[in-house]
Amino acid sequence: MSSTRYNYGTAMLAAFEYLLEKYPEVFVIGQGLWSPWYVGNSMTDLDKKFGAHRVIDTPVSESACTGAAVGAALAGMKPIVVHPRMDFMLYAMDAVVNQAAKWSHMVGGQASPGLTIRSIINRGGEQGAQHSQALHAWFAHVPGLRVVMPATVADARDLLIASVLCPDPVMFIDDRWLYDLEDDLPPVVERSLALEGPRCVRQGHDVTLVGSSYSTRLAIEAADLLEQQGVSAEVIDLRVINPLDPAAIVTSVEKTGRLLVVDGSWSPCGIAGEVIASVVERVAPGVLKKSPARITLPFAPAPTARVLEQAYYPTAATVVSQAGKLMDKVC
Amino acid sequence: MNNNWSLGHLPDPAQNQQAIDVTELDAAFILTQLKMMLRIRHAERCLAGGRRDGLIGGPVHLGVGQEAVAVGVAAELRKTDRVFGTHRSHAHVLSMGSSLHRLFAEILGRDTGLSRGMGGSMHLWDQPNGFYGSVPIVSGTVPLAVGVALAAKMQGGGDVGVAYLGDGAMEEGVVHESLNLARMLKAPAIFVCENNLFASHMHISLRQPKESTARFAAANDIPYEIVDGNDVVKVRTAAARLISQARAGQGPGFLEAVTYRWYGHVDWREDIDVGVKRSAVDVGAWRKRDPIARLVAGLQAQGLFDEQRLAVMEAEIAVEVAEAWKQAQADAYPPLSALTSRVFVSAGGVQ
Repeated sequence: MSSTRYNYGTAMLAAFEYLLEKYPEVFVIGQGLWSPWYVGNSMTDLDKKFGAHRVIDTPVSESACTGAAVGAALAGMKPIVVHPRMDFMLYAMDAVVNQAAKWSHMVGGQASPGLTIRSIINRGGEQGAQHSQALHAWFAHVPGLRVVMPATVADARDLLIASVLCPDPVMFIDDRWLYDLEDDLPPVVERSLALEGPRCVRQGHDVTLVGSSYSTRLAIEAADLLEQQGVSAEVIDLRVINPLDPAAIVTSVEKTGRLLVVDGSWSPCGIAGEVIASVVERVAPGVLKKSPARITLPFAPAPTARVLEQAYYPTAATVVSQAGKLMDKVC
Repeated sequence: MNNNWSLGHLPDPAQNQQAIDVTELDAAFILTQLKMMLRIRHAERCLAGGRRDGLIGGPVHLGVGQEAVAVGVAAELRKTDRVFGTHRSHAHVLSMGSSLHRLFAEILGRDTGLSRGMGGSMHLWDQPNGFYGSVPIVSGTVPLAVGVALAAKMQGGGDVGVAYLGDGAMEEGVVHESLNLARMLKAPAIFVCENNLFASHMHISLRQPKESTARFAAANDIPYEIVDGNDVVKVRTAAARLISQARAGQGPGFLEAVTYRWYGHVDWREDIDVGVKRSAVDVGAWRKRDPIARLVAGLQAQGLFDEQRLAVMEAEIAVEVAEAWKQAQADAYPPLSALTSRVFVSAGGVQ
């Protein structure tokens, strides 16, 4: 089978092209879609190729645009609403949490808004508190939303396609820090999002590292460094955090006895805590050789000043050091 | 209307009490509208009693006195149109042709209900009849109506989206975004503002500097009509103009229908003087501006109807309502599996 070179951004572009070509009911709506710089290289020239009537740049109205996408989905379309920064999407919470997520349940499963809400984590570069947030855990708390966080080039393309084809509302969250990641991909195979979930992306036997999106990259990078120090780390990529299926993580921890979760957001009520609780509830007493640990952001909004920003975000070295502690080693 | 955005005589219940002019109209159709208004009123009276007597567990927002708005608008709609409602939507859904029994069953939480017993009075659904849903979050469905209208434009069938909203919803930010978005996308969205002068307990004069909500349509370059919401003929005529423009590809329209609810904000009480500026005198005067009695008077003036025929019609409806209510009470509740089985529709994986 032939393969094509993509990066994380162009893989999403390929997904958009695939969907817009194959499905006339797909359209895209959001701010910045006719601009070359809002969404990196992930949507370049879609408006020129498929028309401004299907790739709709909008007034500055996150709430109405998201609600309109919910309505269009109920009328049989497959809309993708794009929020170039997650922070601005907070204006749209009623459409996401009260309307889209609840709709199927509150109408007895007779209708479902199968829209995809693509929101982007876009941080760093001294952008500060309102241009940096990773609020995925909020959406993982809400029944009725499927929340997808691709960490690989393949998932950036294939999970976006699966999200749009899914009849449930989906929050698809991509990360600008991953856009340069490269890989060779085979032709598209459509998948059912409901069957996708956490997956082991690197095998090991000493410690289980769990991540999602960019934190999975940190975990993989850390695993490579740990290997050089004689520590064998297994990496689980969450991929879909709502609904969260912990089976793959539990299986891994039953093997390693050690669990370290890395998350690019805050600790309280976050996804790292949820993963740890899900595992502790399921493994037999005695399986864990060490107390589980998590690496998250300092419990403060993102700073702007360079020195503070450098200290704010965890790195692979942070993961290596914490994993070493679980192994009683200085790494 | 004017630069002052006053509603003029429309909010004054002492005016507009006259018989509705039905000359040169299709008498048979007017009679079906009268019958629908009566069916809605009897149904809501039944619900008021059911709530008072503890048979209904959840809140019911009754629209008695406002029946002409939904019935007038629905006269211009078809099953492929896409209507969204509010917390007060019994009339909206019934006017689209929904089953009384299924409405009652829903409000009683039964599996046979419009939303399979998962929604109650505030989450009604009857998409096969063109009613896409109602929710209690004020203005929550307004952008959704823009979305179904945008979809209708893309799908090319000439259908329209309808957003019922109240004067209180006009104070929500998303309504203004929605008006602008609908206008910029030329989406065939019809905004029907039932201005009943109150949001919960607060009179509009305590919430907005001007009493006509159509000023926001004008601000967004959207054609608008302002009518007596207790005159089903005027409502229909105005709705027809806006809807035909929307179907023809000319974009959104805004209908402001001035009306009044006889009950309080929620449940069966009248809320006299519990809030601000809602007096027994006003409620009494508005009862004389009854959209049903005025239509009956108009039909009688043309010799198209009489007291005897009215009595027969009301008796038939009373039987229909009583039977639907009895049947709904006998229906089963949803299975316990419904607690979690209706959250997602796609199958497989963990749920």
